[in-house]
Amino acid sequence: MTELEAGRAQALPSVRSGAALRRYRDLLIAVIAFAVLASLPLFTGSKALLDFIIRCSAYGLFATSLNLLVGYTGLTSFGHGMFFGLGAYSFGLIMQKLGVPIPVAFVATLAITAVIAAIIGAICVRLKEIYFAFVTLAFQMLIHSTILSWASFTGGDQGLRGGIPRPVFLGIDLANHVHLYVTSCALLILGLLAMRQIAQSPFGYTLRMIRDNAARASFLGIDVWRAKLTVFVLAALFAAMGGMVMALFVSGAYPEFAYWTISGEAIFINMLGGVSTFLGPIVGTVLLLLLNDTVTRFTEYHGIVLGVVILFFALGLRKGLLDFVAEWFAHRRDAGEGR
Amino acid sequence: MLEIRNLAKSFGGVKATNDVTLDFPDGSLTAVIGPNGAGKSTFFNLITGALKPDSGQVLLDGVDLAGRSPPEIVRHGIGRAFQVASIFKSLTVQETMLAAVSADQRSSAVLHKRFPLPETRDRAEHVMELLGLAGKRHRTAATLSHGDQKLLDIALALVLEPKVLLLDEPTAGMGPEERWRMIDKVRELWETQKITVVFIEHDMDIVFKIAPKIVVLCYGRILATGTPDEIRNNSAVIDAYLGTEHAGAAA
Repeated sequence: MTELEAGRAQALPSVRSGAALRRYRDLLIAVIAFAVLASLPLFTGSKALLDFIIRCSAYGLFATSLNLLVGYTGLTSFGHGMFFGLGAYSFGLIMQKLGVPIPVAFVATLAITAVIAAIIGAICVRLKEIYFAFVTLAFQMLIHSTILSWASFTGGDQGLRGGIPRPVFLGIDLANHVHLYVTSCALLILGLLAMRQIAQSPFGYTLRMIRDNAARASFLGIDVWRAKLTVFVLAALFAAMGGMVMALFVSGAYPEFAYWTISGEAIFINMLGGVSTFLGPIVGTVLLLLLNDTVTRFTEYHGIVLGVVILFFALGLRKGLLDFVAEWFAHRRDAGEGR
Repeated sequence: MLEIRNLAKSFGGVKATNDVTLDFPDGSLTAVIGPNGAGKSTFFNLITGALKPDSGQVLLDGVDLAGRSPPEIVRHGIGRAFQVASIFKSLTVQETMLAAVSADQRSSAVLHKRFPLPETRDRAEHVMELLGLAGKRHRTAATLSHGDQKLLDIALALVLEPKVLLLDEPTAGMGPEERWRMIDKVRELWETQKITVVFIEHDMDIVFKIAPKIVVLCYGRILATGTPDEIRNNSAVIDAYLGTEHAGAAA
C-alpha cells in the first residue's frame, strides 16, 4: 500500500461517519428544540406567547422554503406567497366542503400544491433572473384575482368564513389551543428537518452548483431545468404547509394570504435573517413578527419603521443578521489560526 | 475515436466554422491554433453542445452527437475546460470534486442521503491528487489563485472520466513559468490517463514543443493539419499566421 492509498483508507471511514454524525446532530437538535417548545405550556399560561410561536411556525416554514429557492438555488421568486395562500385555501375548502379527517386534507393539499407548482414551475424556471421573478409575481396575481372573483367558491374578498371544522384525529383536538400549539411546533420542526435534509443531500449540492454556475453544472451532465423544477415544487410544498398552519390558527383563509405582499414579507424575512445559513430565515421570522407586534402597538405608521429597519439591513449590514454572526465567527476562527 | 464531419456554423453572414472535417484518434494529443476570430472556441462549443451546428456530424465512436444538449454529450464522454476558469465559487475544492462525481454517477438528484456519498470518495480523491489540489481541498474555490482555478476547472472535466478532453486555452492569463508548469501537467495527464486530448493554445513555443499533431484554423476553415515540422514549413500557415520567425527557426 502506498502512502497515498493509506491516507485514503484512513480518510474514508472518518468521512462516512462524519456524514452520519451530522445527520444525528441535526436530529438531536430537532428533538431538543421540539421538547423545549412542546413543554412551554407547562411553564407559562401566556396565550399570547403560544400564539406568537404558532405564527412563527407558519411564517418560518414559508420563509425557510423560500430560502431553498433564493439562498440555495439562486432563484429569486417574487410570487412564492401564492403557495402559502394556496395551502391555506385548499386546506380550508377541503375541510369545509368535504368534511374529511384533517390528515387527509393535509395530504390532499400537498398533492394539489405539487401539481399546480409543477405547472407554474415548468413555465417559470426556464426564465432568467428578473424574468423569473416577475413571471412568478404574475402567477401570484393570477391566483389572487381568481380567489377574489370566484366568490361563490372562495368567499371572494371576505375570505373563507364560518370557521374551518377541526374534527379530532388520533386523539389530537386542534380546536384545543394547546393541541394546536404543539401540532404547529411539530410541523415546524418536521418541516425544518426535511428542508435541512434537502439542503445537505447530494441534490442540495446540485442546487448550490446551479446557483454558482448553471452553465458549468450542465457541462457536468446535470439537467439544470429538471433540478430547478424539482426544488420549485419542493419549496412550494413547505410554503403550503405554512399556509395550512396559518389557516388552522385563524380558522379561515383570507385573500391577503395569497397577495403579493406575503411574498414580499418572506423576502423581507430572508433579508433580515440572512440566506447564507439554514436557520437565517427562522431568525428573520422571529425578528419580523416581533417588530410587527411591537411597532404596531406604538404607532400607526409602522410601515415607516419597518422600512427604516430594512434599509439598515440592506445598506448598513448588507446582509442578514445570521449571515453577520456567521461571518464574525469565521473571522475570529481565522484570526485564531493565524496567531 | 472522435470524428468531425463537414461541421458548419454561421452567425449571420459570418461562417465561424466552415465545413470542418477532422479525425482525433483515441489517445491522441492535438493542438488547435489560429489567429483571433479563427473559430477555435466556436469549434469547441459545437462539439460540446454549447452551440448547435447548422450541419455536419460529431461522431464519438460512431455515435452522432451533433446538436445534442451539453449534459447528453458529457455523458457520452466528451469533457471540457474553459478559457476563463468555470468553477463553483462558493464550494470548496473537495465539495466541487465530490459533487461532480455525484453528477456523473447520476446521484445528483438524491434527496434522502447526506452529501457526500461514500462511493464518490475515491474518484474525487484520485483526481485531486493527480492535479495537485489535495492540499487545498478545504479552500473555497473563489479564494484559489488563478492557476489553481484553471486546474480545478480541468479537474472538473477529468473527474468525469471522459474519453475526450477539450481544453480551451489551459494557459490563458498565466505568466511564462506558470504556463510551462500547466502545459507539463496537461502532457502528463495525457500520458498517464490515456485519453484523447485536444487543446487550444496561443503560445507557439508550447505548441511546437508538446503537440504531436497540430490543426490550424483560419476564418472557420482548416488551413493545415500536420506535425510541428510540417506546420512550421507550410507556406499557407506562414503567410496567414506565423510570420517568418518560427519558419526561420526551423530552417
